[in-house]
Amino acid sequence: MITLSQLQLAYQQRPVLNISHWRVEPGERVLVHGPSGSGKSTLLHVLAGLLLPQQGRVEILGQTINHWSGRKRDAFRARHLGFIAQQLNLIPYLTVLDNVLLAAHLSQRQGLRHTIKAQAESLLAEVNLGGDVLQQPAHTLSLGQQQRVAIVRAMIHQPQIILADEPTSALDDANRDQFMQQLQRLCEQQNATLVMVSHDLSLMPAFSRVQALHELQAQENN
Amino acid sequence: MFWRVVVASLAYRRGAVLLSIVAISISALTLLSVEHIRQQARQAFSQTVSGVDLIVGARGGDINLLLYSVFHLGSASRNMSYQSFDALQQSADVAWAIPLAMGDSHRGHRVVGTNANFFEHFRYGQKTPLQFQQGQAFKQTFEVVIGAQVARKFNYQVGDSLVISHGLGQHSFQQHEQHPFTVSGILAPTGTPVDKALYVSLAGLEAAHRPAGMALDAAIIPDSITATLIGLTSRLKTFQVQRRINEYRGEPLMAILPGVTLTQLWDSLNVMEATLRTIAGLIFAAALIGLSATLLASMRERRQELIIMRTLGARPSFIILLIQAEVMLIATTAIGIAILLLWTLLSAGQSVIMQWLGLAISSDFFTANVGLTLLGLVAASAMVALYPSYRAYRMSLVVS
Repeated sequence: MITLSQLQLAYQQRPVLNISHWRVEPGERVLVHGPSGSGKSTLLHVLAGLLLPQQGRVEILGQTINHWSGRKRDAFRARHLGFIAQQLNLIPYLTVLDNVLLAAHLSQRQGLRHTIKAQAESLLAEVNLGGDVLQQPAHTLSLGQQQRVAIVRAMIHQPQIILADEPTSALDDANRDQFMQQLQRLCEQQNATLVMVSHDLSLMPAFSRVQALHELQAQENN
Repeated sequence: MFWRVVVASLAYRRGAVLLSIVAISISALTLLSVEHIRQQARQAFSQTVSGVDLIVGARGGDINLLLYSVFHLGSASRNMSYQSFDALQQSADVAWAIPLAMGDSHRGHRVVGTNANFFEHFRYGQKTPLQFQQGQAFKQTFEVVIGAQVARKFNYQVGDSLVISHGLGQHSFQQHEQHPFTVSGILAPTGTPVDKALYVSLAGLEAAHRPAGMALDAAIIPDSITATLIGLTSRLKTFQVQRRINEYRGEPLMAILPGVTLTQLWDSLNVMEATLRTIAGLIFAAALIGLSATLLASMRERRQELIIMRTLGARPSFIILLIQAEVMLIATTAIGIAILLLWTLLSAGQSVIMQWLGLAISSDFFTANVGLTLLGLVAASAMVALYPSYRAYRMSLVVS
């Protein structure tokens, strides 16, 4: 599903990622943890095809995406990946529903407009968002609500892989637990592989595999 | 979905967007107004006189002769003798001749001494003859025909009495009070200087200058007149007759072709026209650059939203088109408002402009030139959006 080989990425001569081999199997839920500035977000951006390594191979769903053009990577990301960021996840001026529908639009998901809209409303209901909230601009929501919308937006086009970049870092404990439960449930429903990066080790029980980023980097030395 | 994002984005930044729309509307209104009034003025000038083959006056400047004889602007430095006028109208090549004697006024409006030929042969616009909205041409020595604007301004009716003054100023110390004139007719509006003038017979004008009690002959004629409008029996003879007049031995005269001299007049005004258009264009450019600067300034705060779009899989073209569409929507809305404002102002102000400037300005300003100007404005808006669009795209690439 995800394979990184001989991956090297540096910023201004400073090595950030140096992973000789790393693999994630279909359906796995992997947590990669590490301190701030260790390169966790960079790893996710490489997996999403938003950043290109200087060396190595990034294979997602059997495709070596780092040899593709930016345009092709954009299309691939829109169709097969879902991305949840740390915070400020939503387009602030779009309504809750439009934030979700924009993702469906960009993924060029086939289907009737009203079917997709119904599905978006159904998914939003699963994360306890419905009624008037759907027509509210995203910037009026609480952080917890925004992150729940982000889950639905990442899922609306039924991606095989969900990439989550410290999505719980700005949430209180109650909201964090609710977020994780809903994310897990939707990943199971859609049989999606989940790769999350976080410094919060209290999330460990929700994952089938937990790895420190420095362990990935160290594999080259082993 | 794309347009929902565009509209929502503009609504979110409505303060800056509204200011941009106001700035661009005002500048587009200025540009469209200059273009329309320039065209209308040109049209009005070119339609002031029609069907006149030659204008004859004492030798001097071509443009000056055209200005004082047709547009009632400025004054002649010398007159031509009535004898010469008589000789001209007797010529076999001349179909008709209209004498024009100027030098007197009524409350700031020119009084023109002429004869019945003026009402019979003078044409304006598309060879439109003069028409009376009330009354008829003067028949008696002390009868006067007044232009539509004079009648409206002073509320004159047929049968009213008025006094003419010596000189062309607004206020004159020498009123010809001893010989009041009676309004015999009021001309229909023409949108030309005719509306602002009063017409009396040559005999009446001459008699007005005579002392009260002096015997007046109905066939009294002046010694001199200011200019003559001529219609020829054949247009093919225009240059031949012109040369003959220019070489006339009786006195130094000159004949000009109205169309040619009008072109010379426009040529001399080209610099002013170009300056006005340039200033209007610069105002519009400044408004667009202001819009571009506002967009660039907002890019920092929009960085996150652009990155979100990219992570969702938005292609660079989506980001570029989004910014382009926002600018185009602002610009076209502003231009639309400018068009509506201009139309409203012209419709409401037509009569005021006609009354005060004697200029018939149409509210229908959709000409090919205005169409091209509008296209130019939209194209300029698209050009101005290129750099902010490119910046947005570059910004969206830097996600980490």
